[in-house]
Amino acid sequence: MLLWSAAARSTAWTVLGLLLLLVYGVPLGLILLASLTGQWNGVLPSHMTLSHLAGTLRAEPAAQLRASVLTGLAASLAALAFGTWAALALRRVRGGARRWLELVFFLPSALPSISVGLGLLVAFSRPPLLLNGTVWIVLAAHFVMVSAFAYGMVAAGLAQLPAELEQIAESLGAGPLYRLRRITLPLLAPQLLAAFSLGFALSMGELGATVMVYPPSWVTLPVGIFGLSDRGAVFDAAALTVLLAAGTVAVLAGAARLQRLAGGK
Amino acid sequence: MTRPADAAGASYAGGIAMTGVTVRYRGTVALDAFCLEVAAGSIMALIGPSGCGKTTALRAVAGFVRPDAGRIAIAGRDVTGLPPAARDIGMVVQSYALFPHMSVVENVAFGLRARGQPGPAVRARVAECLALVGMDGFADRLPRQLSGGQQQRVAIARALAIRPQVLLLDEPLSALDAPIRRAMLDELAALHRDLPGLTVLYVTHDQGEALTLASRIAILCGGRKLAEGPSQALYRRPPNRFAAEFLGQANLLEVAVEGRVLGGMATVRLGDTRLKVPDADIAGARALLCLRPHDITLADASAACSAACNLLPAELRMVHWQGERHLLELCVAGQTLRVSLPPLRMPPAPGTSLALRFAPDDATLLPHEPG
Repeated sequence: MLLWSAAARSTAWTVLGLLLLLVYGVPLGLILLASLTGQWNGVLPSHMTLSHLAGTLRAEPAAQLRASVLTGLAASLAALAFGTWAALALRRVRGGARRWLELVFFLPSALPSISVGLGLLVAFSRPPLLLNGTVWIVLAAHFVMVSAFAYGMVAAGLAQLPAELEQIAESLGAGPLYRLRRITLPLLAPQLLAAFSLGFALSMGELGATVMVYPPSWVTLPVGIFGLSDRGAVFDAAALTVLLAAGTVAVLAGAARLQRLAGGK
Repeated sequence: MTRPADAAGASYAGGIAMTGVTVRYRGTVALDAFCLEVAAGSIMALIGPSGCGKTTALRAVAGFVRPDAGRIAIAGRDVTGLPPAARDIGMVVQSYALFPHMSVVENVAFGLRARGQPGPAVRARVAECLALVGMDGFADRLPRQLSGGQQQRVAIARALAIRPQVLLLDEPLSALDAPIRRAMLDELAALHRDLPGLTVLYVTHDQGEALTLASRIAILCGGRKLAEGPSQALYRRPPNRFAAEFLGQANLLEVAVEGRVLGGMATVRLGDTRLKVPDADIAGARALLCLRPHDITLADASAACSAACNLLPAELRMVHWQGERHLLELCVAGQTLRVSLPPLRMPPAPGTSLALRFAPDDATLLPHEPG
């Protein structure tokens, strides 16, 4: 403990708590407040109402939530599968080739999302692979945006896994698939669930690439929120943001529950 | 601990043969044309300082290291190109490497299930192996709920469950406290008595473990085998300076070889004193006389030399009390000599002139090598 006295520790905790409240609590609180507001002309809102939140139950926001959740699930699961495969495959590669391949896998995380969206739009707007105007290009954009994070988390988990565990399993007669199923993947479960959760959360909030490629039939919640705030419907946008946060938290809470069940043995 | 006999003990059979095995790590030679024969049913210990290649040799037998040259055979079958899963080995490592997400039973059953054994056979064999190592009361525990010694027993049971041709032990006791290590050493010896057909390759840096457990010892240094032989013979008659110093405590005194006498003995001169020692085929007039500290005793200063012993005048420099023993540090003809004695009631004072006695047969003449 760097701070020795109780007074210094409580002061540090208080300052930290206030900073966290300022950075995380205030924006979230204000969004929630805005979603309940009928009018906000002064310092404080007035004409409190549930009509904006009730509006999220209409067909259009529900469809947007469904599109977001399905896109998030598909993209994060695909990224998890790809990231796991890449991390497992790269364990066998040594030297310069490994560094280059790692760079390739991490590259999407270094690119601005709008560039990814533009790139996909240019690449898939003409034959032979015409994806523009379909759901698939949105899924592709989200996959590209989250795959690097999935790879990074699984690779970090694999690096922590003692090589002796798999070697002993191999010496006992376990083939590659049996080892993967019984040893490697179960021991990686916390990292796999974390990678999935991060990928899903990032996908749920993804806007930059999506706005470049989304078709009218597949509008995600962030695109809907952007559209509402662009038209000046800030309170409706705030209500949709609450819906987005609730949807994300619900899926992540389910993943955390799964993780606890898996780790509870 | 009373163990049930292993019903399938007879199926453990098969020696190890390493012929000219060379392993390089990025150009660095870790094992250099290494040859080793481990007879079926014996325990061979590989010892040596860190980086000597002993673990590399074991991992080459296991199949985790692919030799750049040479051949490895287990039970007469060439396994050089086979993956570890096809080598029929059991292995225990320093960290035990128990699967942390599996219970004791699941750990021990792992190899059998991986080989597609039917459920009833797996359950029977697992029970048999857990009883063999005295862990049958811990079947449902997770590894993290076991002590280090218990984890080690489970690791051994897991390795034995598949009835391997050979058991490879890579410093299995290094992570244990000294008292538990001694107890586990006794247990390993008892286990081998129960499974006399089991061939064991045991890697350790602890000479005590090797001497206690192994019937033969190979000493490695720099990827080469510097000495090999039955444990007692290697200790009593080390073939070179490195073996003498690595296996137990040794006094190595520079002596001049004066001549050979009848009965396989030689006369050497240490300062002004002539000593009779077993002859060895030493080229040149200089040699090293190896004397174990506990093979030397104090003699009366007036004692006369006889054919059955050598007398050596010495001056006492220091006395160290070590509880169970006294260690005397002496000067003999300008060279340092250490003597380990049972506790002395009245230890002599430093500076005292003493006479030392040792039997000719307790001395070994080694080729002269600078220290």
